Amino acid sequence: MTATTVAIWSVCVSTAFAQAPVLRWGADAEGGAPFVEADPDNPERLRGFDVEVAELLAKALGRTPVFVQAAFTALDQSVKRGDFDVAINGLEDSPAKRAELAVSVPYYQFREVLTVRAADAGRYRSLADLRGRKVATLGATLAWEILSEAQGTHGLEPVSYDDDVHPYEDLLLGRVDAVLLDNVLAERSMRRQPGLVTQPEAAAVGYYVVLMAPADVALRDQVNAELRAAMRDGRLEAIFRTWQVWNDDQPAMYARVLAGADSLLEAPGGGAPARPSTWDLTARYLPALLRAALITLVLSCAAMLLAVSLGAAIAVGRVYGRGWVRALLTTCVEVTRGTPVLLQLFVLYYGLAAVVRLPPFVAALLGLGLNYAAYESEIYRAALEAVPKGQLEAARTLGFSTWQTLRLVRGPLAFRYALAPMTNDFVALLKDSSLVSVLTVVELTKQTQIFAANLGTWALPGALCAAMYLALSWPLARLAARLERRWAAPAA
Amino acid sequence: MTPVLGVQGLELARGTREILRGVDLSVHGGELVALMGLSGSGKTTVLRAIAGIETFGGGHIEVDGLVLDGSARHVGDLHRKVGMVFQFHCLWDHLTAVENICLAPVHVYGTPAGEATTRARALLAELGVGHREQALPRELSGGEAQRVAIARALAADPRLLLMDEPTASLDPARRGELGNTLRQLTAKGRSLLLTCHDDDFVRDFATRVVVLADGRVVEEGDPAVVLSTPAHEATRRLLDLKGPAA
Repeated sequence: MTATTVAIWSVCVSTAFAQAPVLRWGADAEGGAPFVEADPDNPERLRGFDVEVAELLAKALGRTPVFVQAAFTALDQSVKRGDFDVAINGLEDSPAKRAELAVSVPYYQFREVLTVRAADAGRYRSLADLRGRKVATLGATLAWEILSEAQGTHGLEPVSYDDDVHPYEDLLLGRVDAVLLDNVLAERSMRRQPGLVTQPEAAAVGYYVVLMAPADVALRDQVNAELRAAMRDGRLEAIFRTWQVWNDDQPAMYARVLAGADSLLEAPGGGAPARPSTWDLTARYLPALLRAALITLVLSCAAMLLAVSLGAAIAVGRVYGRGWVRALLTTCVEVTRGTPVLLQLFVLYYGLAAVVRLPPFVAALLGLGLNYAAYESEIYRAALEAVPKGQLEAARTLGFSTWQTLRLVRGPLAFRYALAPMTNDFVALLKDSSLVSVLTVVELTKQTQIFAANLGTWALPGALCAAMYLALSWPLARLAARLERRWAAPAA
Repeated sequence: MTPVLGVQGLELARGTREILRGVDLSVHGGELVALMGLSGSGKTTVLRAIAGIETFGGGHIEVDGLVLDGSARHVGDLHRKVGMVFQFHCLWDHLTAVENICLAPVHVYGTPAGEATTRARALLAELGVGHREQALPRELSGGEAQRVAIARALAADPRLLLMDEPTASLDPARRGELGNTLRQLTAKGRSLLLTCHDDDFVRDFATRVVVLADGRVVEEGDPAVVLSTPAHEATRRLLDLKGPAA
């Protein structure tokens, strides 16, 4: 809701200033403080250090800042296609971004820090202590890369989240044993949730940068000049002090930038890191993509099995049940169909966590299965009611009980009518399964997103991902088409 | 001799509309009785009430010693006494001809599958469609589907066979074949009650005709007599309707 208000506000602002030169800056207001958030006192206003950095740059460039809302994971692609001039949202510098976009000098240095429950502070001091343990972070980030590597070296299990609040909540709940994220986020969560401790040693160092479209080299140079000027005269320091994120790392970083360094990224052996070639990265990510495709397939098949069984039971209840059974089932179906599956997933996984702590895969399976059961039940109910009355009366005159008629005549006939819409639903479910990434399940779409973030482009990962979804759904569609032909066309 | 079917004072209403207003009817062993009447006279409803798929408000029906009083009582035992062939056959589309016939014996009567199949094949052969046992309903012609439906209705070996408009979709040659088949069935002691609009068929094959009008039996007797010299206005109208112009 906040994001919507902000988006409407920004449209109004952009209209009002249509004639003045503007600096359209993109960020995700859902990311929250201290980066960008809607002011709790006046939700139509934005606040955060990135808001102030954007205002600083706009003012220095003689432009009016205009905020454009965009999803955090799509900011780099949005700026590339020209949705706004600059993306400023605690965006990490990376070789992939430098290969695909115009990237400013760093304006903030952050540390990737490990946060654990206070009781575990002595046990889990670094990633090396977390063998066999679950460690949470945001997917498609530097921290995710570090955890993916540590999976091989230290045997820990990385868990991917779509936001930076739930990792810490799940840490307190015991679903994960540590969180690796930027110190800015770690400090914020520790202020919000007591009982957490952040280890002093950093797993890595990273930098926030401003992103621009690759052709905007002139704008990048202006932005660099203004950032350096603001480092020199203390304006940047003032902003970060206001937001209580100023620390000793920053002056040292500023000194290097002011000495002329455009990028502070370093390869493990020293020197500027080269982005691995597209083919190297593809080869590296392909096994993970295939594993994610398998997760998507297994999850979709299991969820569909649940949806079909439960949907059939609901349909039978609605066709044969007493009045109160029908009313109850109709209500369940309408509530399930009338609310977003994403919300249901959240309720199952996070909402019920105080009562029952479902593992992510089980919550995903239940969420998708229950949601689709509502849709399936409507298909089966319609199919059961479409079976000609005469066929049922024929069964009755031959002595079949109601249950036998359902099992031997009505059910099998209804199944034929339901096949086409069922296949359609299964293909839809296969794709809807991408929603479960909000429950930390790394399925095909999420893995593609991680791959794309590392590659700096969606083209190849997107094509691979599409090909895999197609490879999963195509055989099923063919099988259904063949069955339909066998049942429908006269063979004589 | 006790009739196989005895219907007395059968009354049936749908809402405020009276469909049957006291129908009396009987069918004896080996008889082929044709129930005639204008559309809406209640012929099919009589058949459905006897088959137990229509409840009735008054009177009673006795089939081979089993008495129905309009409630659900005894309806469950009816399938061993009465077989029903629907106008549009109502074969189950997902099963082959032989499976259509075996389904009730195997699942309802507990006949072993092998035995049920042997008997189904014999019935199909007897009705002249033995070569179509593996065909699905949609692959059968109208006449073939009708014979499979007859075989299915005879699977429990009922003494009474009901047929709703069996001649409706048959050409004259097929009508003759059907008549001969039904004769063979009655020759073996089965009783048949069928609804029919075709007075030629009734004249040629029925042993007795019962004319229904406004939910009552208005005339009955030897088809040769009733259909040649109809005593009741309804019978005359019935015959005139398909008169020279038809």
